[in-house]
Amino acid sequence: MRYSKLISKKEFQTYFQSPAAYIVMVVFLLITGWFFSSPLFLNNQADMRSLFGIIPIIYLFFIPAITMGLVAKERSSGTLELLTTLPVNDAEIIHGKFLSALGLIAVTMLFTLIHLFTIIILGTELDYGPIFTGYLGLLLLGGVYTSVGIFTSALTENQIVAFIISFLIVFFLFILEYTLMIIPSGVAGFFQYISVGYHLSNLTRGVIDTRNIIYFLSLIVFFLRLAVVAMESRKWK
Amino acid sequence: MIRLENLVKNYGQVHAVDNISFDVPEGQILGFLGPNGAGKSTTLKVLTCFLSPTNGNIIVDDKYNIYEHSREIRQMIGYLPENNPLYTDMTVYDFLAFIADMRSIPKQEFKQTLRRVISKTGIEEVISKRIDTLSKGYKQRVGLAQAIIHDPRILILDEPTTGLDPNQIIEIRELIQELGKDKTLIISSHILQEVQAVCDRIIIINKGKIVADGATEELKAAHRNKTHLVLISDIPQAEIATLTQAIPALTLIETSSEADNTKYEIEFDTNQDFRKDIYNWFKQTNWVLLEMYRESVSLEDVFRNLTIDDGGTTS
Repeated sequence: MRYSKLISKKEFQTYFQSPAAYIVMVVFLLITGWFFSSPLFLNNQADMRSLFGIIPIIYLFFIPAITMGLVAKERSSGTLELLTTLPVNDAEIIHGKFLSALGLIAVTMLFTLIHLFTIIILGTELDYGPIFTGYLGLLLLGGVYTSVGIFTSALTENQIVAFIISFLIVFFLFILEYTLMIIPSGVAGFFQYISVGYHLSNLTRGVIDTRNIIYFLSLIVFFLRLAVVAMESRKWK
Repeated sequence: MIRLENLVKNYGQVHAVDNISFDVPEGQILGFLGPNGAGKSTTLKVLTCFLSPTNGNIIVDDKYNIYEHSREIRQMIGYLPENNPLYTDMTVYDFLAFIADMRSIPKQEFKQTLRRVISKTGIEEVISKRIDTLSKGYKQRVGLAQAIIHDPRILILDEPTTGLDPNQIIEIRELIQELGKDKTLIISSHILQEVQAVCDRIIIINKGKIVADGATEELKAAHRNKTHLVLISDIPQAEIATLTQAIPALTLIETSSEADNTKYEIEFDTNQDFRKDIYNWFKQTNWVLLEMYRESVSLEDVFRNLTIDDGGTTS
C-alpha cells in the first residue's frame, strides 16, 4: 500500500507537469458546461440531471485519454524496467496508477461542482440526495473505465492502440443498454445486467443499492487484476 | 555472493541464455562481455527480477532466490538498465526523491543521502533541471545516482557507456571504478577496453553460453601463444617468400603496400623469439628494414577468436 501511494503521488504530479492533462480537463469542462448551460438558458431549466446524463458519454473519450499512457508509455520509454526493478510488485504499480487517474477524475469532478453552485445561487429547490449518489455513481463509473484503460495500457507499448482498445471496451459496456430492444428477450436481462447504464441509473435517481455498488467494484477489481496479469506476462514471454 | 545455477531463458524458440552458471564473490568487479545479442542483458534482466528465467535459479547471499525473494533481492541491487531509461519529464531532484522514497530511505536521511550521491556523481549543477534537458553524459550520471542512492551492496550496470563521447566515457569509467571499491559490481559491455580497464574478472558469453571465464590477465595470457609481428621494408612482395623460406617457423598473414614500401604481418609461436633471426636475415640482404614492431595481443583478439564462427562472421 505504501508503494501504491508513492506511485500514485508521482503519477498525479506527472499529470500536472504536462499540458496534456490540462487540455483534456479543459475540453471536458467545456463540453459539460455547454450541456449544463444550454438548457439553462433555452428552457429556463437548471438541474444536474443533464450533467449526469452527458458525463458518462464524455468519460468514453476522457478516461481512455488519461489512462492510455500509464503503462504503455513506461513500456515504450523503457522506464518500466527501472520501475519494476525497484522493490515494488506489479500489483502495487497498477494500484498506484489506478489511484492517480481516479484522483485526476475526482479533481475534474470537483470543477463541475460550479454548476451545482449555479443552481444554488439561482435558488432552485434542490434534493441533495440524488446529487450525492449521482457523483458517487460517476466516480464508480470512472473507476471502471480507468481500470479498463489501465488494463489496455498494460497490453501494449503503443498509446494509440491502448486508447482505441479501451474505448471499444468501455463503449461496449455503455452501449449495451441501448441495444436491448434488438437482443432476444431470453438474454436481454443478462445484457441489461452487465451494462453500466442500468446500474448508474439507480444511483442518479438517488438509490444506493449494494448490488449496483458490487457491480462497479467487481468490474474494477476484475480489470485491475487483468492489468496485473498483463504486466506480469512480460516475465514469461 | 551471487550464484547463477543453470540459468536458461528462452524467447519462444530462441535460447537467449543457454544454461549459464557462475559465482560472483563479494566485492568482485565482474565484466560481462559478449557481442550484441549474446544474452548479456537478458541475464542481467533475470538477475534484477525484471524477467523470470525459463529454467534454473539465481541465489543471492546463499539464502535468497529470485522466485521467492524477488523483493529482498531487488532491495539489495542498484541497477542501471540498458539505454538508461529515466522519467524525462521530472526534474533530477524530484526523480531522485521518488527513487529514494521507493527505496525506503527515511525522510530525515534524504538530504544527507542526496548530498552523498550528488558529490559522488557530480550532478550538483543540474539538480533542479528537467531530465530531458540534460546532456547524455549527465543523464548517465543521473542513472548512476539513481542506482546507488540506497548504497546497495550489488551494483549492476548494463552497458553504462554506450552512446557517450570519449571524454564522457573516461569520466563514467572513473566513476564506476570509484563506485566499485566497496561493492560487488557487474558491468556488461560489448566494448573490450571498458572491461579491460575496470574489471577484476571477465566472463565472455556468446549465443547464450559462457565461452571464457577468468581474471583479466589470465584471459590475455591464455591467448598469447602467438606473437604478431609487423615489418615494414622495401623488399618487394615477390621476394618476401625468401624470408619465410629462410626461417620456416614464420607465417605470413598479411601484406599491404605503403608508398615505396610494403607492410608485412608475420606470426610465430611465442615460445621462441625470431626477431633476431629476422634482423640478421635482412642484414645479409640488400633490403632495408624500416620498422619492426610487435603487436600486443589485446582482449580484442581474444574476444574475436572466441565469438567469431568458423565461417568468419560475428554472430
